[in-house]
Amino acid sequence: MAGFTPHTKDDVRIMLETIGVTSVEELFSDIPAGLRPASFELPTGITENEALKAFNDLSRRNRTDLVSFVGGGYYDHFIPSAVDTISSRSEFFTAYTPYQPEASQGTLRAIFEYQSMIASMTGLDFANASLYDGGTGLYEAIAMAVRTNNRHKILVDRGVNPLFRNIIRTYILNIDVDIEEVDLNDLRTDQEKIRSLLDDSTSALVVQNPNFFGMVDDYEELFAYARSKNIVNILVFYPLSLGLLKTPGEMKADIAVGEGQSLGLPLSFGGPYLGLMAVEKKFIRKMPGRIVGETVDRDGRRAFVLTLQAREQHIRREKATSNICSNQALCALRAVVYLSLIGKEGFRKTALINNSRAEYCKKALGAIKGITVRKGPTFNEFAVDLPVPAAEFVKKILGTGYAAGLPASLFYKNMDCTLIVSVTEKRSEDEITAFAHAVRKALP
Amino acid sequence: MKLIFEKSVPGRIGVDPGAIPEGAGENLDLKYLRAIDNCLPELSELDVMRHYIRLSQLNFSVDTHFYPLGSCTMKYNPKVNEAVSALPGFAGAHPFMAYIDPATVQGSLELIYRLSSFLAEITGMKGVTTQPYAGAHGELAGILLMAAYHKAKGNKKKYVIVPDEAHGTNPASAAMGGYSVISVPVDRDGGMDVDAFREKMTDEVAGVMLTLPNTLGTFHRRICDIVEIAREHDSLLYNDGANLNAILGKARPGDIGFDIVHMNLHKTFSTPHGGGGPGSGVVAVSEKLVKFLPVPNVARSKDGSYGLDFGDGSSIGSMASFFGNFAILVRAFAYIMMLGREGLIDVSEKAVLNANYIRVRLKPYYDLPYDRVCMHECVFSAKRQVQKNGVHAIDIAKALIERGIHPPTIYFPLVVDEAMMIEPTETESKETIDEFIHAMIEIAGLAETDPESLKKAPGNTPVSRPDETRAARELKLTCNL
Repeated sequence: MAGFTPHTKDDVRIMLETIGVTSVEELFSDIPAGLRPASFELPTGITENEALKAFNDLSRRNRTDLVSFVGGGYYDHFIPSAVDTISSRSEFFTAYTPYQPEASQGTLRAIFEYQSMIASMTGLDFANASLYDGGTGLYEAIAMAVRTNNRHKILVDRGVNPLFRNIIRTYILNIDVDIEEVDLNDLRTDQEKIRSLLDDSTSALVVQNPNFFGMVDDYEELFAYARSKNIVNILVFYPLSLGLLKTPGEMKADIAVGEGQSLGLPLSFGGPYLGLMAVEKKFIRKMPGRIVGETVDRDGRRAFVLTLQAREQHIRREKATSNICSNQALCALRAVVYLSLIGKEGFRKTALINNSRAEYCKKALGAIKGITVRKGPTFNEFAVDLPVPAAEFVKKILGTGYAAGLPASLFYKNMDCTLIVSVTEKRSEDEITAFAHAVRKALP
Repeated sequence: MKLIFEKSVPGRIGVDPGAIPEGAGENLDLKYLRAIDNCLPELSELDVMRHYIRLSQLNFSVDTHFYPLGSCTMKYNPKVNEAVSALPGFAGAHPFMAYIDPATVQGSLELIYRLSSFLAEITGMKGVTTQPYAGAHGELAGILLMAAYHKAKGNKKKYVIVPDEAHGTNPASAAMGGYSVISVPVDRDGGMDVDAFREKMTDEVAGVMLTLPNTLGTFHRRICDIVEIAREHDSLLYNDGANLNAILGKARPGDIGFDIVHMNLHKTFSTPHGGGGPGSGVVAVSEKLVKFLPVPNVARSKDGSYGLDFGDGSSIGSMASFFGNFAILVRAFAYIMMLGREGLIDVSEKAVLNANYIRVRLKPYYDLPYDRVCMHECVFSAKRQVQKNGVHAIDIAKALIERGIHPPTIYFPLVVDEAMMIEPTETESKETIDEFIHAMIEIAGLAETDPESLKKAPGNTPVSRPDETRAARELKLTCNL
């Protein structure tokens, strides 16, 4: 059995003597006898050697052989090896929140650089030090909007990730906020309809670019119109797409939130991921989460600290901008290292390669009889209509070694035959050609 | 030391993602494309490595320094946890595969299911959700579970009771979940004042949030009275399990009468804190709340295979995109598997032994406002040093940093003036703890003989004390790009 307590029998004896008790059990005497555990049935411990074997076996019960075209907001992107090397430095990953700046300049500087990169990537003024994930980040953005204009209706485009929409619906269960979802028009945002629904009770408008079906849009005019009605514009973005696509800042979004998993984080079956948030200047004091600022130390040297803490729960308690305490700091570190490694040109190139591979796949699948590629501009993910129900088809083709995509029917009604296909830079053109061949063979 | 942007050289390439294919981007109209170049830095891979490795060297961490940060449980993080969470089967698994065909991700689903069973047994509860990403996120989940329970019963509830010594996240979570907060003071023993509590309790109280053991490191001796009073008003009992490390195998929230408990896996179950996250705030509940738990959850079918369970429609919905911070769950599962029943009990015994040893050794030198046996942490006050020598808790903290020791949590809990909250954890040896005690005694002496030297500390760190007022006033939050 493994254990990490270093106490020898002598240590325990001396410590008990010093404390003035005769047994460790005496130290627990405040717990009433009637409250001792009714049971505590857990297995006997195992050694590290045994654990490694057990976990190897367990992990092998997940299939790792599949060539994947599944995305849906979470993507299989290339991660440079140096990201792992740096993020597994003990000094980063076994530290805690940098409350003591003199002992935490490494973490604080890295977060400051992260904030700078996220703000500049989105074309907005400021970013915070991270939130849990894209979906919870979206709720925080909505809460900011409600605090800003004190209105209670949130208009949400159905092109926004359905998982994010599940989360925000859960968060508002017991508060006075209403969410109104707007149907898509041929998988794209129905901008006319949204315009007609924006009114004086609307607090925020939420759209996503590219949307859940990969459709790319431009919301600049819609946002200008909404802004004229004092509505807060929230854009859900996919960070890697910003190597190519118009930024939230260029579209004049007020708040940009996104899932940061594509910036150097493994898929890890759902987390840890990274909630990205960037805002226009005027929202800074309403922003949730930690923020690092630059200052000087007593000797005039540049130094970094957690700042604007008067927004946070440990100071403001029930009046805080959010309850968030632990965030995703190590994930933010991975993101800043990833972005530093690929750099300015690599960021642009990665976006272009993704886009090009997706277009290649679109053509290959579009050439198959019975498959219709849905029309509209896309970045690295797109929808096709199959001649058969997509959920069954995807299950069937797993046997040939492909995860063919995400069936839209998992989250949308009346889309039984629609499949959402994602292609990242990790899929080679040869793999895509072979995939298209397998799809053709598997269709009736 | 320069920021990464200041080391950037135009045209320098780090990791090259490959050549741009011909015609890339041509499918998109100009109006969809960014007009302004991105401002990311341009460096070689070696430049980036040196930059961040040097940054790491500016940090204190558990692997390099004693880190008795109260309430944070900065214990050693076994390295095997890192190895198993990085296994390709786990790290490479796309969570949507659980929706597409659970047969492709049986390993992940089994792990979540078995970990949930362990955590239910450890807390004495009936149902578990692994979705919450951190302690505060678990609290919000708990508050929403309360709301769903009362709504289903037709109860009209408006308030949540939180004692003064609670973590700030408790009142913040209650407010975020739609309740008004009622505060209750602590009594002379450092626990919630039961008489004051009884007075404030009404039928409009949805729940009571208690940290047990509390932030003063004490186990409430009248916990049974509190449970009974809450029950009389159909008010649910929430246990902030941030301090679960003190009572493993000694008491279980479920047996005590709690309805909801969140666990900080990154504290009790030894997953690294990562400079402020990611954590995991798994929530366990009693029988009457099981049907309200977030979905999807993992279920085991009769044939022994695992799949997703979307419930009967009573669920509050989803707190997370998928199953929470899965890689953190893997680490916690490995930790519990390795320690087993006896190992977990040993954790709490040694954590409490270490804390009490510090309490007794430092008592002659610092005020101990709640002078009694403690659990996993003890809270001292620098009041004596302030009054006699003008030396504050923050000066003591900085002097510890100068001596290569991470300070305790200071100025929390708020109910203690000049608080210094010390949580040594069970993984520290007597020698390390003696060094800390020695440093604290030396500092107490210097407070008398040379208080100025403490005011100047730390003098040997990459920066001296930063000007925090200036940071908040000038708000320089990004590099000028």
